[in-house]
Amino acid sequence: MLLEVDDIHVHYGKIEAIKGVSLQVDAGEIVTLIGANGAGKTTTLKTISGLRPLTSGRVRFDGQDISRLAGHRRVMVGIGQSPEGRGVFPGMTVTENLMMGAYTRKGDLSKDLDEVFELFPRLAERRNQAGGTMSGGEQQMVAIGRALMSKPKVLLLDEPSMGLAPMLVAQIFTIIKEINNRGTTVLLVEQNAQQALQLAHRAYVLETGRVVKSAPAADLLDDPQVRAAYLGGELGAH
Amino acid sequence: MSETTSMIKGRNPLRAATSGVRDRWAAAPGWQRWIVYAVLFVLALLLPSDSLAPIMSPYSDWASVLFFPIGTFVVLAIGLNVVVGQAGLLDLGYVAFFAIGGYSMALLGTKLGLNFWEILIAGVILSAVSGVVLGAPTLRLRGDYLAIVTLGFGEIVRQTAENTDAIGGPRGIAGIPHPPSIDGVEIFGVQIFHYGVLDPRPYYYLLVVVATAIIILVKRWEKSRVGRAWAAIREDEDAAEVMGVPTFKFKLLAFAIGASIGGAMGVVWAGKTISINPNDFLFMLSATILAAVVLGGSGNIPGVILGAFLVAWLPERFRGLSDYRILAFGAALVVLMIFRPEGILPSRRRKAELEEGTGGMGSMGAEVPGTEAQPVSEGASK
Repeated sequence: MLLEVDDIHVHYGKIEAIKGVSLQVDAGEIVTLIGANGAGKTTTLKTISGLRPLTSGRVRFDGQDISRLAGHRRVMVGIGQSPEGRGVFPGMTVTENLMMGAYTRKGDLSKDLDEVFELFPRLAERRNQAGGTMSGGEQQMVAIGRALMSKPKVLLLDEPSMGLAPMLVAQIFTIIKEINNRGTTVLLVEQNAQQALQLAHRAYVLETGRVVKSAPAADLLDDPQVRAAYLGGELGAH
Repeated sequence: MSETTSMIKGRNPLRAATSGVRDRWAAAPGWQRWIVYAVLFVLALLLPSDSLAPIMSPYSDWASVLFFPIGTFVVLAIGLNVVVGQAGLLDLGYVAFFAIGGYSMALLGTKLGLNFWEILIAGVILSAVSGVVLGAPTLRLRGDYLAIVTLGFGEIVRQTAENTDAIGGPRGIAGIPHPPSIDGVEIFGVQIFHYGVLDPRPYYYLLVVVATAIIILVKRWEKSRVGRAWAAIREDEDAAEVMGVPTFKFKLLAFAIGASIGGAMGVVWAGKTISINPNDFLFMLSATILAAVVLGGSGNIPGVILGAFLVAWLPERFRGLSDYRILAFGAALVVLMIFRPEGILPSRRRKAELEEGTGGMGSMGAEVPGTEAQPVSEGASK
């Protein structure tokens, strides 16, 4: 088991946002967390990457308990995150943004940089443009590429499809598949359940801070309850 | 960048000109830059000349005005810029560190009889420590909340000085020694190392040297790994943390460096001024220095220096208008912020941040999570 979240509880002040979520991610998998707004998907991801402290429970990574490890140290053990709302550094160029992703690494990084540019040719064209002046899709590419620059064992993606045109969403999802094929484990948080389930191997459904269902992604695509709640009303909900 | 530059060029000719100068400067080889720096240093030393005095300061002694407020404001603005402009932390109590430096000079000089240079080192260390003491518990806060706490800290320091009889209470401390003089070094009729009561110029030269050293240090930090970490924190703190930047540690470092610069200036200033009292360190001074930083172009050292110069010099230059000068000054600040919100000489990066609407001062009030919203940083895990 690469990443193991064991019965975590997370509070915002007195409000309990996560009420005992447990999930596992195996090396090489794409696992997705789906659920409505406010279900606790982003909070779960932030707890794994260390941006939120947990009240109780455990997060284990690669056999090591990282529950109390500072966020910036979790990058070094192999957790890379593309944060909610992309979090691109607006004043830095594309290259500078990507190099920030390799902040904890030393030595020659040009090979890694080339690899990201190969994955996202669009970014290579715009390598000297300021991050803040790019379109939403391009910023998403920067955010994913930047997370890859730390050579993570697991890549945490927080709603990569948010605010993007359908064609761009398809493109981003293809690239996520490619990243996974190259050996990086992916934990994907999505509201776009349809596409996330088609991409992922396994899925967890979150509802008001609890896991209500976990199954292979393909099974959930056919699950009548899930279809009714997350797949049928897709057009109306967004 | 070429696309953005041409976009800027299309907007107005003034911007095109400054952007051209910047491109030229960025491409200039190192030795050319050092020549320009050396010329600027010499020009700064020549500033207190008698021929400039009637134009620059018809109402008060020009050389004195150059030391305080102009030179003092410039150094303080450079120090506050590390905190506000580079790390993006809004500090409204910066005057506290100036006060700690000033009181270090006054107390250690009158009570322990240490000399100026010893106190300069002690003052820098003391203010850096006070920066850490203020920062360690408060840097978990963000945006507005941090501003409020620092505002309180500034007042606490002043009130403590005012209510502690051992350090003079409201009367403050008098008889502060001057830096030790070296007599006999005379250039153009000025005893440049004679720190007496009459001639303010030696103090000004001392200040220029201190300021130059500070600028060189700050510039080096800006270009290092530390500077990159500060830029990342300013632009998006959570993203910086998940990139592996120890955000809390670097914010604390920015506080400590900013504080030691403020403290160093406090020591130099008290070394000239003979007597200090708590009313020298009002909140108004924090606000004025912050205005200088924002007005000049937060994050860009030449801009900040220009901003501090204007904020210090304009009210002195128009002293003849008596109280109306403050009114005019306020109006000028408002006009400037309407037409050039990024400051007179902003850094390019800052401009991009502002266009995006986030980053640094942009986070003032934008995203303000409560105390619980802190990342699990090193301090928190202890």
